[in-house]
Order: sequence, then C-alpha cells, then structure tokens
Amino acid sequence: MKPANKNLTQMLAAALATAIAAPALAAGDHMAGMLGTVPPIHTDPTVGYAALNQNEWRGGDGSNTYRWDGEAWYGSSFNRLWLKTEGSLDTDTGTLDDTEAQALLSHAISPFFDLQAGVRYDIKTAPSRGWATLGFEGLAPMFWDLGAYLYASDAGHYGARLEGSYDLYLTQRLVLQPQFELNAYAKRDARRGQGSGLSDLDAGLRLRYEIRREFAPYIGLSYERLYGDTGRYARADGEDSSKLLFVAGIRLWL
Amino acid sequence: MSSMTHGVGGISRRRFVQGLAAGAAVTVFSPTMLPLARAAVPRPGSYGLPELSGTEFDLAIEPTAVNVTGTPRLATLVNGTLPGPLLRWREGDTVTMRVTNRLNTPSSIHWHGMLVPPEMDGVPGLSFNGIAPGETFTYRFPVRQSGTYWYHSHSGFQEQTGLFGALVIEPREADPVAADRDYVVMLNDWTDEDPHAIVRHLKTGDGYYNYQKRTLADFFRDSSKNGFAATLKERWAWGMMRMDPRDIVDVSGAQLGGTYTYLINGQPPAANWTGLFQRGEKVRLRFINGSAMSYFDVRIPGLKMTVVAADGSNVEPVSVDEFRIGVAETYDVLVEPQDDAYTIFAQSLDRSGYARATLAVREGLTAPVPPMDPIFSRTMTDMGMSMSGMGAMHGMDMSSAGGMDGMAHQPSAMTMGGGHQMSGMHDMHGAAASGMAMGGMHHGGHHGWMPPPTPPLPATAPTNASGIVAYPQPKDVHLQRGPAVVNIAASPTTRLDKPGDGLNGNGRRVLTYADLVRLDRGPQNIAFDARDPQAEVLLHLTGNMDRYIFGFNGQTYEQARPVRLPYGQRILVTLINDTMMEHPIHLHGMFTELHNSADHRRRPLKHTVSVKPGEKLHYWVTADERGRWAYHCHLLYHMEAGMFTSAEVA
Repeated sequence: MKPANKNLTQMLAAALATAIAAPALAAGDHMAGMLGTVPPIHTDPTVGYAALNQNEWRGGDGSNTYRWDGEAWYGSSFNRLWLKTEGSLDTDTGTLDDTEAQALLSHAISPFFDLQAGVRYDIKTAPSRGWATLGFEGLAPMFWDLGAYLYASDAGHYGARLEGSYDLYLTQRLVLQPQFELNAYAKRDARRGQGSGLSDLDAGLRLRYEIRREFAPYIGLSYERLYGDTGRYARADGEDSSKLLFVAGIRLWL
Repeated sequence: MSSMTHGVGGISRRRFVQGLAAGAAVTVFSPTMLPLARAAVPRPGSYGLPELSGTEFDLAIEPTAVNVTGTPRLATLVNGTLPGPLLRWREGDTVTMRVTNRLNTPSSIHWHGMLVPPEMDGVPGLSFNGIAPGETFTYRFPVRQSGTYWYHSHSGFQEQTGLFGALVIEPREADPVAADRDYVVMLNDWTDEDPHAIVRHLKTGDGYYNYQKRTLADFFRDSSKNGFAATLKERWAWGMMRMDPRDIVDVSGAQLGGTYTYLINGQPPAANWTGLFQRGEKVRLRFINGSAMSYFDVRIPGLKMTVVAADGSNVEPVSVDEFRIGVAETYDVLVEPQDDAYTIFAQSLDRSGYARATLAVREGLTAPVPPMDPIFSRTMTDMGMSMSGMGAMHGMDMSSAGGMDGMAHQPSAMTMGGGHQMSGMHDMHGAAASGMAMGGMHHGGHHGWMPPPTPPLPATAPTNASGIVAYPQPKDVHLQRGPAVVNIAASPTTRLDKPGDGLNGNGRRVLTYADLVRLDRGPQNIAFDARDPQAEVLLHLTGNMDRYIFGFNGQTYEQARPVRLPYGQRILVTLINDTMMEHPIHLHGMFTELHNSADHRRRPLKHTVSVKPGEKLHYWVTADERGRWAYHCHLLYHMEAGMFTSAEVA
C-alpha cells in the first residue's frame, strides 16, 4: 500500500472511531440507580436485515445475464455492520463481470444519513482490486435513497460512485422504481479496461408488485453505458458501449 | 381450521381483520389444552368480563394458546383469559395479589394509574427486580382511590401478547354516577406476529405496515382539485422534509398487509361481544384502551354518550357523539339506549380497521356497523409549523376527506391556495417563529377557545429540603437535530379544544381535552393543591420515524439523566411534541392535572395525557410520592425505542 493510501485509510478509521465513540460520551447516569441487572426497557436492540434489491435476469440482445445487487446489515440504531454485493453472471458463458463485495461500518450522523467506511473487493477477469471506502448513505430530500462513495485502491487508484433509487407508488402494491449507479475514476486502469473520468452508468426502471413487502416480482428495463476510454476499451473488445436490456426478477427481503 | 399466510390474499386477511366469528370465538386453551370457550355475552350483573373480587388474589401468568384470527398463537395471559380477569377492588381496602410467573422469561404487573408505593409499581429495573420464572411476587398496597383503571405487564412485549386486564374500584362514599348496568369495554390490538418481528419491520422498512401511502393517482386527483402547481409545491414541501403526511400510525390493521385485529373484551369484530340491557336503563360503559399501539375513535351510532370520568377520576358530565381514546387512557360514559340494538364502533386512528361490539336487549341482535371515516393526512400544524407554512399545505388539506385542523373554521386560510409562503417550512428548527403562528389563531370546536395563561414561576427554581432542584428545566434543554431528532417544532400550538386529526369538523360532537372539568362532588382521588408551581420541567417528545428512535429531549433512556421532581414541590410540566404522531405520555405514581381552561380548582386528573403532533401543553404535578417512577410514552414500540425515562421524587 502506498503511503498516501495508508494515510487515507488511517484517517477513515480515526473518523469512524470518533463518530462511534461520541454517543457513549453523552450517556447519562440513568443506569446508575437501576435496580437489579435488567433495565426497564431494552432501548436499542440489535437488528438484522438483508435484501436483494436486484435479483434478475437481463437480456433481450441475445445475451443472458443474471444480475444481483444485495445488502445486509446488522447492528443498533446508530452503528451497523454492512455487507453489500453486486455483480453479473453471464449464464451462457458462466463468467462473472462487474462483481464486487463491500464490508462497511456505518454510523448515524444526521437525521437521515449514515457515514460508512470499510473495504471493497472487485472480482474481475482482469486483476482484482481491493479498495478502502468512505461514503454516505441515506434518504435525500424528495425521498431519494442515495449513496455517495470515494474509493482508494491498493494500486493507487481513486474512484467515486453515486447511486440512488426512488419508489413511486402507483398503487399500495405496485411500485415504479427508477434507479442509477454512476462510477468515475481518477486515472486510467488499462489492465481493467477502465478509462479516467466518468466510467460507467447502470440505470434502470423497474415495476414491482409487492405481494408482500418481502416478496416483490418485477419487470423493467436496464440501461448500461460505458463512457470515454472505458467505452473505447469495450468496443475494442468487441462489446457494445451502451446496452438497453429487459429485466425480470424478484426483489427479496429476509 | 385452514392454515393461512399472514398478510397475503384478501380472504384470509379479511378473516384476519374480522377474527373468528362468535361460534368459534376466541377460544382459550388451558395449558393442558382443554378447550375453555368463553361466551361473547356476559352473565347478568357482571362487568362483562371474568371477574375476581375481594382483597386477596392469586394470579398466574402463563403461556397460553389462543386463537383470535384462525391461527393458533401462544399468548401471555393472566389466569388463562384474554383479557386477564377483571379485578374488583374497594377503596380503602388493602389488596394482596400473589402473582406467579409461569413463563420462561421474567415478568411483571404494573397497576396503571394506581397510587402505590414505588416498590409495588411493577416496573422491572426501576421499582423491583421483576418476577423471575417460577417465582411468586406478592403485591400488597392500600387502595387510595376509586374508578376505572387497568393492569398490564411492564416486561418486554408481554403487553402486546395479552398480559393485561381491567381494574374497577368501587368508591367508599356514594358513587355520583348512578347506572343500572355497568360494563367494562376494553380495547386491544391483537397480532399473530412476534412483537420482535414488528420491531424489525419498524426498524428496517419505511412504512412497513402503512398501506395508505399517497400514490400517483392521489397526485392527479389533488392536481385536478387544487391545480398542478399547488399540488407539486405541496408534494415538494413534504418531500424536502422527507416526511409522509400519511404516517398516521406505525403498526396498522390494514387488510392489505397490516397486522392488527382490534378487540373489545378479547373478542374480534366477527365474534361481536354483546352487552345486554333493558329499555329505559342507564348503562355505564367503562372504556379502557389497553392497546399496545392503537388509538381509537369511539362512537355508538344513535346514542349520545355522557362522559362522566376520565382516567378513573370523575368529571363534570359532558354529552358527546364520539371520543378519541389514546393508548392507556380510560373514559367512563353513560348511555340510555331506547332501541333494541346498537353498535359500539371503535375505529383505529388510521382507519385501517375497527373493534366492534353490540349493546342489545337480547342475545343475537345486531345493529349496522358504520363505514369507517375517510383516511386523513397530517398537516404542517402537526409538524409544529406556523400558519404561513400551513397555507402552503393548502393542496393537501383540501385533498384529505377528513376535516383539517383549524382550517374548517378559517375560510380565509383555505383560500390562501397557490400564493402561499414557504417560509415556515424551511425554518424547521429556527427559533424565530413568526408571531402569527401562536395560539390565538387556532380556534376550532370551542368558539374563541384560548389556551389558559401559564402560571407565574419563580425566577430561580427553589431547592427542596433534600437539596433537590427540578430537572430538566427549560434552561437545561439543549435540543439539536440529529439522528434521534428529525424535527423540532418551531411553532407548537396548544390545541386542547380540538379532538385531533381526522375528527376536526366531522359534524359530530367530539370530546376534547378542553371539555374535561374535574367533578368537585363525590370521591376525590387526590386532594386539591392551591399552590402555584415552583418550577417548570420541559420535555420535548422527539423522534426519528425513519430510524425508529424515540426519546425525551432527544435522548433515550440510557442517555438521559432522570427527571427530578423535588419532593413536596408543585411542578408545571410542559410537553412539546416535535414528532408527527400522537404520544400518550404516562407518569407513574402520581396524578397529573391537565392545564386546560377549567377553573384552577377543577383541572381534570389524568394518568396518561395524549399530546397531539406539533402540540405544546402543560400539566401540574404535586410531587408527593417519593420514589423513582417510570415516565414514558405508552405506545409500546415507542417506549421500547427510547421514549422512556424515570422521574425521581426525593
């Protein structure tokens, strides 16, 4: 790891530690006069949650891809451990693409936003990369679920991501969801087919039917676009730099 | 019994909501699984529920299989009935309850509204250690009051799973309320779900149980009614705040995917609990809201109800068509039925379901069940925002079918329409509230009603003989927005003269807190205290619906210092609701006197005070019961999410 990245990682760790320690400092003396060992209420139970927001087949251009985008968290109201994963599996060739996993610690820092920091690992046919991650996730004005992240890789690369989604209720069960994920990189990474600047967009429009909150089949469209040099690398490999695909899947919560 | 999947499909869900019909009515099985079906029609002369009376009681808390909806579930019951046995006490007696815990987890019973020594109050971790599995705890205390109260577990979520019952205390002296029949009407919300699953749903899913969200169709409907630009602006205002005006309750009985079946005396609507009367009789109905989370709007179509008591204490009779009962409140009403049958109709606050029972001259008669009122939306008033902000909410006020706060009586405000100001909205926590926002503008049900002036307070709160000073005084409260505090009401309003969202201007005479006047004849549960307050204690009711964190002054139980009420002092408590939901705030151990417009000697006594969204109100407390008392929101999941503190009287 280069010194610059080490510093960044250390800063992330320090910021997170401070943020997590803050509420403990504010604790009152309520517990001091407690009778017995059991408090009258258990204010902040640890809760777990897992969801596959994208769990779908993509196709329509002759290819067949399984795409997933899932997240899970476990923790209290203020502090949580997050696991996130997304990726694509070409079901015709059995190859993984654009696949990653993240492990993040999060801390609530405002009414609607969490600070998140951790690591991300990319799995690609080209060399895999590890990244340190710092970002925010939460509910933005107008009810957009937004995430914004900065990444620093073990090979001295920097990246940024913005992702968001919105639920438009057509009825109490039928929900139209626009969604996007935008990636950008500070410098070119030719071995991974990545240009500098704006790199790729994955956008979608999904119409789901919530048979119950935990189980919602959907159909929709996805639009994938590669920008700049990333697009040129793809075209050189004989791939399209933009794709409009049909999707069909089932959103799941556990 | 066919199996059914929770929340899926119309038919099964309908039965879920309506519950099992009378034939199969809430069967309760003893631990040995011998069926012990209870009739939906009580025997004559009783309060309408299985009853125990005297001074010595043996109570057993047991896991018991019940079947409310068609699916057998394990409940936590007292003596095997849902609700637990009604306990009939007499003022002046000393009562003894030997409570045995046959669960495999600790348990407790709290006597809600009772003036008891702190060690008899039944709050684990505060007043005692709780009742360990297999143990028997003996509660013993003198009964110093009379009226309608109730009891419930104060451990975990046992209150949700059936651990509750009614208390009726006969006064020593003549009861000023004369009736030929006397029934308890206990309201509850039953769920087949594990309460921990409900917590998880509240923590993870935004509006998991809300099936009344505003849809695209609502947008078009509002647009055609109020104009596209006005509707867009209104949606923008709520969107910028990230608030949903249809966040009425957290846990609903919605057919589409709610979880609650609403009960009267343990019976779901289909089983139809029935109280008998003879024509010409005066019937006393003692309503107790023993729900975990549900407010009810109660009426008996065709009958006027005369409210004679609130929270166990008598009030000047007031004749109404309807009343809203917050969780843990009680109201006693008198009715004089003339027809053969009437429906007691208790719709939940969010109109997602109802509890229903019948008053009839003989078994088997029914009266029509009215349709539920339309769904309503919250307003800027509920966010504690100023009138200029409310103007901007015009579009929404018009779109909701129910009457809106204040608006119905203020034609000028309704015509503000498109050209409104947004100022109030963005200044959510700005201290500089515009002057026009305050009390005088909000007259509604009572023409020209004004919040009473606050009493004079000494510049510095005095220390009592034990060296204690009141806490938290307004100077001690430093509230900031943050993960636990989404909103701080910039211009909270006092609306004791309003029945509340969804009831304002509905054409019926609905009880309000301004109607309650303590009865100065007959039994008095506490003596009148003529002193002015010596200190003010300020509690903001705060929260973050999205994260499902609640608290007082932005702090959860673990974070907060206890409230201090110096022994012997008279304290003015100010409650400000910064959230968009009602909170029924319950102080253990002492009655509170609601600061409404009643004469200072006639302020009504309450043990649970419901604070409307965006409301500021006061009550008085004489701190004359030494000990450490629980002080909390009586919405079970709010309490468990942090809206709980303790009040120390020393």
